Amino acid sequence: MEKEKDREISKRKKVTDKIRLWFSHVPFIGWLLGCLLAVVVEQIFGSMVASMIGLPKIPALFGFVIILKEPFLTPSAIIYVLIIYLLPVFLIARFGSAWLNALARKLLSLPGWMTTLLYLLLMYGILHIWSDISAYRVLTMKLMMIAVILTLSLNVINGYMGEFSCSHPGFMAIGAYVSSALTVMLFADDKLFGPALLPPALGPYLFPLALIAGGAAASIGALVIAIPSFRTRGDYLAIISLAFMFIVKSIIENLEVVGGPRGMGSQPDYANLPTVFIWTVACIWIINNFVTSTRGKALNAIRDDELAAEAMTVNTRQTKMTAFLFSAFWAGVAGGLFAHVLRYVNPGTFGIQKLAEVLAMVYFGGLNSVYGSIFGAVSLSLLEEFLRPLELFKWIIIPLLLIFVMIYRPTGLIAFREFNFQKMIQPRKTPDKEV
Amino acid sequence: MPLLEVKNMTHYFGGLRAVHNYNLAIEPGQIRALIGPNGAGKTTVFNLLTGIYTPTQGSIRLLDEEISGLMPHQIAARGLGRTFQNLCLWRHMTVLEHVKMARYSRISYGLTGAFFGGAKRRGQEAEIEERAYSLLELLGIRHLADQVVVNLPYGAQRRVEIARAISLEPKILFLDEPTAGMNPEELSKTMDIIRKIHGELGFAIYLIEHRLKVVMELCEKIQTLVFGEVIAEGTPEEIRENPKVIEAYLGKEVIH
Repeated sequence: MEKEKDREISKRKKVTDKIRLWFSHVPFIGWLLGCLLAVVVEQIFGSMVASMIGLPKIPALFGFVIILKEPFLTPSAIIYVLIIYLLPVFLIARFGSAWLNALARKLLSLPGWMTTLLYLLLMYGILHIWSDISAYRVLTMKLMMIAVILTLSLNVINGYMGEFSCSHPGFMAIGAYVSSALTVMLFADDKLFGPALLPPALGPYLFPLALIAGGAAASIGALVIAIPSFRTRGDYLAIISLAFMFIVKSIIENLEVVGGPRGMGSQPDYANLPTVFIWTVACIWIINNFVTSTRGKALNAIRDDELAAEAMTVNTRQTKMTAFLFSAFWAGVAGGLFAHVLRYVNPGTFGIQKLAEVLAMVYFGGLNSVYGSIFGAVSLSLLEEFLRPLELFKWIIIPLLLIFVMIYRPTGLIAFREFNFQKMIQPRKTPDKEV
Repeated sequence: MPLLEVKNMTHYFGGLRAVHNYNLAIEPGQIRALIGPNGAGKTTVFNLLTGIYTPTQGSIRLLDEEISGLMPHQIAARGLGRTFQNLCLWRHMTVLEHVKMARYSRISYGLTGAFFGGAKRRGQEAEIEERAYSLLELLGIRHLADQVVVNLPYGAQRRVEIARAISLEPKILFLDEPTAGMNPEELSKTMDIIRKIHGELGFAIYLIEHRLKVVMELCEKIQTLVFGEVIAEGTPEEIRENPKVIEAYLGKEVIH
């Protein structure tokens, strides 16, 4: 009896091993092409398939919302996901590994920047075609990418540097308000600031400058925290930064120039999908560059043993300061993008709930890891959308999930892993024939 | 002219006098030791010299330049490398990263290089990596380069600390109890390493040590510190015979 059970288990293990082996031969480009095929299939046959299996329209986010709202449509939703998404990806992954690896090798032989550009274009293409189906998808994707920027920027402090910052919603608010004030004042007719000062046609080109200005303003705000709190260690930064977040919020609430508690609207529509995508890619690239350089690794040294770092010639004070301002800059940029995606901001957004959200993303995804931050931000912001029909229960399920992650993987799901794009796009070994 | 010259250094912790009128002159290439019973203030002397504490009084001159009052990282960059009594390693970093990190002050690619990459950064990173590998080779831990330090055995961790301290190109290497907690085999290996790095790289070494075997075999000159004061200074033979030292370690002989 026991033996049979064991055999059963080992058999099952063999099967999963086999599946894993199969897919380990598929290079990154294979998955991308599979996704591309899937989104194209959806674009062409999506509504047809949906009406054939009795769905009212194309499921917006992989059918989760439909399942939760109308449970009797569950089989249809699952069939839809299987046919439209999984089948094309599976087909390409299963039958293409030989020529996909050849393709990956060919792409690698191009000059580095061209390879990267091609991959990025492919990724953007998938994103664009997929979100073309509905405005809701576009909005979800934009907010998701902004969450990636924010999570990464917070991970620099909480993960890489090992301090605990609570002020990122505050930096985000500063970035959002400064960049909105600039674009609204310069390029929009508005009742707060009057008619546009510059021709609105210039707007999209100067928008990056407005975002950078927002980020820089957030950095200046960060200086206010950094100077008093970095003389000490431990919980002080957490307390001071928490106070800072509330101060920023109440200052904005009392600032009638920018609309006070009513908020500020009519930002021009500059933050379209490609813009947000480019900023996200730039953020990932720059932050990853920083944390993989010896200068950036100094943050890890400070986190693990500040005294030893100092004794090994690391200028700890300057390093901490730089990292904090750098991190605040990206939070500010995320805020600026956020304001221009929603085209309305109010101070209430940047409170304790935003803080909880971004902290959850950092700790869920994994400390000290760019992969982890991307994973955390993407999975939690999608999960929030998936569980939207549950309303209040959403805020029970997500925290529960976090508790389990903290129990079983205290540093997050993908912690302490270096992000290496070059390694990611390498061709995989082709399967041996006898397998 | 001595490499490092300390004159009348005194340090108080509140009302407690930890170090009193400490004088020291280290010549280039010398190996010296600081011995003394527990709590004598040996590590405090190291912390004062490497800038972790600023002495209440007195002067510390490195190559005739006053260094007391500078930040520890500035002092380290001027050529004082050190190890710690109870291993201060960075627990999430690999051995290679440890050795590379000590080159921090020599990196000149700045924030632009750190944020945007570029040829200058690649060149410098490759250069310090190559140097790091050759140092690891010297200490016999090259095969561990990609390991995270917490996974290493104790003896290897000690070597990583030494490799890291050497990596900053010290003029004087401070070793705070380099053989603490080692068995006789590891002890003799460590002594071989100290001899080897001293022979190849030629810096001065100043070490705190409890085991007289190490001190007697390695050092040219020894200071004995008791309650923050130097009670004896001289060659190993002189120290061994010195009645004050014997008294400090073994207590006074009572004649009935």
